[in-house]
Amino acid sequence: MVNASGSAYALELRDLRKSFGKTEIIRGASLAVAAGERVAIIGPNGAGKSTLFNLISGRFEPTSGDILLNGERINGKKPFEINRMGLSRSFQITNIFPKLSVFENLRCGVLWSLGYKYTFLKFLADLDDANERALQLMHMIKLDKKRDVLGMNLTYAEQRALEIGITIAGGANVILLDEPTAGMSRSETTRFISLIKEVTIGKTLLTVEHDMGVVFGLADKIAVVVYGEVLAFDTPDAVRANAKVQEAYLGSAVADAQAGVH
Amino acid sequence: MTTRFYEFKSFNLARWGIWSLFALVLIVVPLLFKSSLSVTMLSQMGIAIIACLSYNILLGQGGMLSFGHAVYTGLGSYMAIHALNAVAAGILPIPVSLVPLIGGFAGLGFALLLGFVTTRKSGTPFAMITLGMAELVFAMSLMFSEFFGGEAGVSSNRVSGQPFFGITFGPPLQVYYLIAAYTFVCVAAMYAFTRTPLGRILNAVRDNPERVEFIGYNTQRVRYMAFVISGFFAGVAGGLGSLLFEIVTAEVVGAGRSGAYLLFTFLGGATFFFGPILGAILMVLAFVLLSEFTKAWLLYLGLIFMFMVMYAPGGIASLVMMNLRVASFGKLRALWVSYLGLAVTALVVLLGAGAMIEMIYHLQLNAAVGDELNFMGIPLQASGLNSWVGSALVMLTGLGLFEVTRRQFKLQWGEIQTEIEKEIKSRETA
Repeated sequence: MVNASGSAYALELRDLRKSFGKTEIIRGASLAVAAGERVAIIGPNGAGKSTLFNLISGRFEPTSGDILLNGERINGKKPFEINRMGLSRSFQITNIFPKLSVFENLRCGVLWSLGYKYTFLKFLADLDDANERALQLMHMIKLDKKRDVLGMNLTYAEQRALEIGITIAGGANVILLDEPTAGMSRSETTRFISLIKEVTIGKTLLTVEHDMGVVFGLADKIAVVVYGEVLAFDTPDAVRANAKVQEAYLGSAVADAQAGVH
Repeated sequence: MTTRFYEFKSFNLARWGIWSLFALVLIVVPLLFKSSLSVTMLSQMGIAIIACLSYNILLGQGGMLSFGHAVYTGLGSYMAIHALNAVAAGILPIPVSLVPLIGGFAGLGFALLLGFVTTRKSGTPFAMITLGMAELVFAMSLMFSEFFGGEAGVSSNRVSGQPFFGITFGPPLQVYYLIAAYTFVCVAAMYAFTRTPLGRILNAVRDNPERVEFIGYNTQRVRYMAFVISGFFAGVAGGLGSLLFEIVTAEVVGAGRSGAYLLFTFLGGATFFFGPILGAILMVLAFVLLSEFTKAWLLYLGLIFMFMVMYAPGGIASLVMMNLRVASFGKLRALWVSYLGLAVTALVVLLGAGAMIEMIYHLQLNAAVGDELNFMGIPLQASGLNSWVGSALVMLTGLGLFEVTRRQFKLQWGEIQTEIEKEIKSRETA
């Protein structure tokens, strides 16, 4: 499918640049993600992975270059506008509504997409579709039993799950997850990755991830970001074999992962 | 599946019970407190309830700390009193009972205008801008004396127009019932607002504005809409005030009034819907009764406020709810002795501190009538060493005993909370 602007991709970055003062953090990043692909973004600390997410989701405005979401240019749009166009993100540092219950957190996430917008002439209780969808989400992220627990009273892993729940609540088809498993134990991570796979079926997924085992297990494609550029973007096997990547970044990490996988 | 939502449905029995009770209280209360002072106070309470609840849409539900809420109640008052004069002059053909709505639309209009600027920011900048707006409007009240009436204010007469089924609003009781009707409708409407999509997203904006931007909402727009709704109810409260007092002076838009809304909404408890109702009742009691009782009433009020901010930041409502939780697990009985101890020792502190405060006020204001004063039936010498040492001793003893009881209480409270947590856990697994 090719859209009006000539992009056949769910998300496309064209020579994207971002400077803070005189420092250029993103230096001409280009990337084209097809609909339904699962992409892991890897790279050393400070390579610009989170900045890239912040540019795509509208938190920062790019200095130059283009971001296309389903073929439409979204540079300079506000986060809520980009969200309404079908892109949703999670955060590295847990970012939920601490004084609202699990159910309320999720219900807030579904309201806009179901068209309730800013209405104050309807009772939440009567919005059967919103309530049903919130319950479904609660079931998907396995927090059924915590329905009325306030966000701030959940365990860390539960908060991370809720974070994912809010992110997918609006039904966006492009999902950005910023280090979803940060701070989790090995067993929690494994469980969490299968949860992510489950809830993002049929969606385009971009995730920043440090755990190489997770990366090779989850992603269809890997984008290697080094010094604000996309150094390589290919299948896990091809990236592993890529000499440039090994030289610039992966090295021992790949060897570790291979040892772990095989 | 639908049965699972039953508890959220807007209609259920317990809720009907509470609202019927509320209506009943509004109807019956003036039959129990019949004096003209109490009817006036009850009327003021109704108005204060609407004003504080409208303020809490900002503070408690939206996390917007406004220092200028009196702008909207006050301008509502002014528009309403001018409308009342227009009714009396036969220019405006509406019944007197609808005049408060004019105040409401004035509040809404000014909130639309001024709120557009204030709500562009949140947090500290928001607070600063509201403070600036309040000063601006107060300064204008001195500049435009045709509208604001200068020093004398604007006065009117609510017995205007045609009586409606013999209701002239001459007798204070008739005004009370009008105010009570408005109070009921406004409280119900503001409660309903908390149950709507906008009301819930407003809570989300309070909790984490950044995240709200990423679930499709423009936080500025959410704050603005809430601000305008709050302005409407504030204006209704102001309009009712015009009917009750039949005079409006510039102090209604003053910083003191704004401060009072903030203080008593907080004291009542901003985290629960009913908190500001308690705060509003306290506000009227403090302004009318406490000010009669002692000249130093603002000082006592300040002390209470500080004490609450430090020890019970959730206000009275949160204290009530915490104790209800303990009671629902049948553990409140164990706390009675501690509560009694806390109350008695706090009273001792208050007695000592109060004696000293009153002596200072006596020295500053009433020195001409002599050295002696009577404090709670105790004769004191305002410049006598004995009285001072005695009061200080009482206060210090009280403080010491209070601290001991407080620590004991804290331990006991902690134990009870862990017991409750355990019980909840065991219920979950059962």
